Amino acid sequence: MLRTTAAVIAGKAARVATRLRGGGGSAFPGLVAERVDPAFLRNALAEVRGGIVVVSGTNGKTTTTKMLVAILRAHGKVVFTNPTGSNFTRGVISAMLGELPLGGRLHADLAVLELDEAHALRFADAVAPTDALLLNVARDQLDRFAEIDHTAQLLARLAGQATRGVVLNVDDSYISRIADGLADGVRVGWFGLDDSAKERLGELQEQDLRDATDVAPPSTGPTDAFLTPLDARRFEMLFGRRGEGGRVGPLELHQRGLAAMINATAATAMARTLLGDHFVSATAKAALQAMAPPFGRGEVIDVDGNPLELVLVKNPAGFTVALGTYAAEHDEAPVATMITINDLDADGRDVSWLYDVNFESLRANGVALTSGLRAWDMALRLEYDDVTVGAVEPDLNRALDRFLAEHRDQPKRIFCSYTTMMAMRRVLADRYDLPEFGEDAQ
Amino acid sequence: MTTAETHDPRDLQIFGEPERSDQPARPGHEGKGVINIVHLYPREMSIYGDLGNTRCLAARIRRHGYAPVVRQHHPGDEIAADTHLVVGGGGQDSGQVRIGEDLAANADRLRGLADDGVPMLMVCGMYQLFGRHFVTVGGATVPGLGIFDLETLGGATRMIGPVVLDTEFGQIVGYENHSGATQLASGARPLGRVQHGHGNNGQDRGEGAIAGHVIGTYLHGPVLPANPRVADALIGWAAQAATGRPFEPEAIDDTTADRARQTQISRLLG
Repeated sequence: MLRTTAAVIAGKAARVATRLRGGGGSAFPGLVAERVDPAFLRNALAEVRGGIVVVSGTNGKTTTTKMLVAILRAHGKVVFTNPTGSNFTRGVISAMLGELPLGGRLHADLAVLELDEAHALRFADAVAPTDALLLNVARDQLDRFAEIDHTAQLLARLAGQATRGVVLNVDDSYISRIADGLADGVRVGWFGLDDSAKERLGELQEQDLRDATDVAPPSTGPTDAFLTPLDARRFEMLFGRRGEGGRVGPLELHQRGLAAMINATAATAMARTLLGDHFVSATAKAALQAMAPPFGRGEVIDVDGNPLELVLVKNPAGFTVALGTYAAEHDEAPVATMITINDLDADGRDVSWLYDVNFESLRANGVALTSGLRAWDMALRLEYDDVTVGAVEPDLNRALDRFLAEHRDQPKRIFCSYTTMMAMRRVLADRYDLPEFGEDAQ
Repeated sequence: MTTAETHDPRDLQIFGEPERSDQPARPGHEGKGVINIVHLYPREMSIYGDLGNTRCLAARIRRHGYAPVVRQHHPGDEIAADTHLVVGGGGQDSGQVRIGEDLAANADRLRGLADDGVPMLMVCGMYQLFGRHFVTVGGATVPGLGIFDLETLGGATRMIGPVVLDTEFGQIVGYENHSGATQLASGARPLGRVQHGHGNNGQDRGEGAIAGHVIGTYLHGPVLPANPRVADALIGWAAQAATGRPFEPEAIDDTTADRARQTQISRLLG
């Protein structure tokens, strides 16, 4: 216990120091606490009786986690989560330090944690999750995980550690086949597209071997959740393929697009599993409708009276989904577009993946600027999709100034790789009084 | 037959390519000649933007005034005798397993085309399979086509990161990501000399291989867009193979590609 208290104090001190320095590096305090007490996580979560829920998969983790937490809190649960998008084990500890009493035990009904594929397993080695919500598998930073098959195996092993239940994507065969290898007694729930929307699966998944894989469709039941999109913004979620278990909606999110809707469906399926008979459709609907998008996932900043949207892009499936989301907005004012790509570790060092994204939807209005360390490669990529590029400005600050100045009277959107997003948001936060990274806009 | 009927449902969309780019040129639209490109195993062996090489070749073939036909080769198909340019990419282990039988079935055709001077670009996994054999970490030997006189040993260390090479096509840039270590036989020629990165095996400074008009390399990027001299070398050989006449190129503005390449060279070599 003394050691844990020392870890809490050291970690809290590091957290304060990090904040005073003004750094966004949210993992550092966690690193300090982990060094002082390796069993820190297990201790901290020992009193969380209602369940330790891990959300993982390649795309949509941050949004889905936030949605699940919102639904659970709306039902009166005290929920600990890692809200910073810092989804490694140390990020989880860092997030805890703010809420932790010196005894080192967290007081919450449930913990809902967003973890990336590799770190989810490391976390599970320290603390067995009760439940796992697994979203999808896509190629993401192949220099980190090497192979999509490998990524799928990591998620299967994670699911194998869950002691109570898993909720899986019924439409992604890399995820759905995980159901075959679970421990005895672990409950399997599903989420996916309703049959009426099946032809839109291509908007959520990249083209690859998946559709050539023969996997029998899993049988689903009346507590599994299925998405029925009604139009570009409105949708409904059915429990059971025919709605025999009830429904949530119709409803509308602040975030646009099919990807946000399927994330909501995943979160709703897991919430229903966790809450059981206490799940109330109207409460879930209200929580989802009220939720502000997480930073970088459709966050809109007001810049001199016009919206500026930062859209994080990190892999082919995610970029394709983002482009598809906005391709549908024919009736809205033309949006000025900038694309910023770095190739640092957090961005993915190999930029080959840009050739697995279809940019044809940008042909109509072109791209005003490309920027970042790989600005010229991005411009070259767009040339091959016959998308005109106004200018190439590798320097991020100069590009941002120019983009804002030259498109002052227009809505603006920046598709940005991770480190370019962090850099630009720091600049924008100073100018436009944005909430600190990881905190919600009020 | 209409276009809809001839479209192969196994084909992937090659982004940027116009409709019907898999169809023969309309009469009167052959330009300086029709060049048939075959992309090997787009589903199984094209995970690192490898279709981008094929898009680059097809687009540049048009700009040079020729008419490309882009065919996608799937396991079970036969590679046509009138193929003028072959492209292959990298895959996962599961992808390599799926294509083994088909590659053996088409081995004689591919070797014959290579002997006839048909250019080929083989990247990463397909580069390895164009060698004599691949020995996995577990010790199993996977036979290759033997178009390159080289062998590859699966290893525990991954060679990964950005690359600059000095080649007969000038400096070329890309990104390598492989655990196989490739050794060229004494008479075989590497594509280039490593100025930054690991190359074939991290030891001898060689990267890739070139045999006749067949180029093998570990470089992703994909390699051709930022290195248009390599693309045009392949196209030139393909034009010769297709028309029997020397390549008649047009001037192409490669400013963007040159800036992309130079930026990487400056960053990596200082």
